[in-house]
Amino acid sequence: MNGPDDLDRRLVIATQAGLPLVPRPYDLLAEQLGVSALEVKARLAAMLDGGRIRRIGAVPNHYAIGYTANGMSVWDVDDARIEALGEAIGRLDFVTHCYERPRRLPDWPYNLFAMVHAGDRATVLARVGEIATLLGPACRGHDVLFSTEILKKTGLRIGGDG
Amino acid sequence: MNARSPAAPLDDLDRRIINALQGGFPISDEPYREVADSLGTTETELLARLQRMLDTKVLTRFGPMFQIERLGGRFVLAALAVPEARFAEVTALVNALPEVAHNYRREHALNMWFVLATETPDGIAQAIARIEADTGLPVFAFPKLREFFVDMRLKA
Repeated sequence: MNGPDDLDRRLVIATQAGLPLVPRPYDLLAEQLGVSALEVKARLAAMLDGGRIRRIGAVPNHYAIGYTANGMSVWDVDDARIEALGEAIGRLDFVTHCYERPRRLPDWPYNLFAMVHAGDRATVLARVGEIATLLGPACRGHDVLFSTEILKKTGLRIGGDG
Repeated sequence: MNARSPAAPLDDLDRRIINALQGGFPISDEPYREVADSLGTTETELLARLQRMLDTKVLTRFGPMFQIERLGGRFVLAALAVPEARFAEVTALVNALPEVAHNYRREHALNMWFVLATETPDGIAQAIARIEADTGLPVFAFPKLREFFVDMRLKA
């Protein structure tokens, strides 16, 4: 995949802090970028279709909406079965991110990461138990790393503006 | 820490707005009015509530969520095992890099987990080298090999 062309890139920079909160947000972006609103809407639609934009929406702060426990569950899963099992875990409605990542032996034997958010640790652990049941004997070990402090949280920033 | 402070209580309309805006925001002339209509409220009310929820950090963001890899950039999860006595110092060194987008303390020997976000693939190796030089600690990088797609489905 090639990098974004100039207008796509300028659209990313113009919207990475957020979509303008005005009645006609795409018109405002068009004005800022010196193109037509039609062009802005067509580009955004194309970026959505092509997967360069996942979605246009709101990102709630997990803590603020009551999901105060955040457990990164990590699993040592049989490589031959990780694709099917990872897809099954990704379908669980309490898993917010699910990735296959490399092991770092001997320190780190885990190759599947599934983020679980809930209102308290006991609920996170119960949900981790559901994942363990689903993985069954294909899983050789797991751990849950609870977050205890947010040390930094900023959004994606491109464009060298800081 | 803003993200941990108790948030203003959300009422029913706030929650319906958050849930309605999980995705599928219209690309149309007056998208907020369309969403307001579907929620039985007004555009003015919707915009005011969105602004308030952003100001009070109930929402961290509202807008397009970019898939950085498809724009040529890279996201990589990485971790450090930081000696407890050095935790504050190492936090400051790591957070000072603009490439560090998120950083969490977690309960494990690998106790600092952060996401590096760079505009080009080369930027990741440079950021890792910089962190190793600044902290004297080895960085464990966990680039994603495969993503098992999930929707954003947390309900407010």
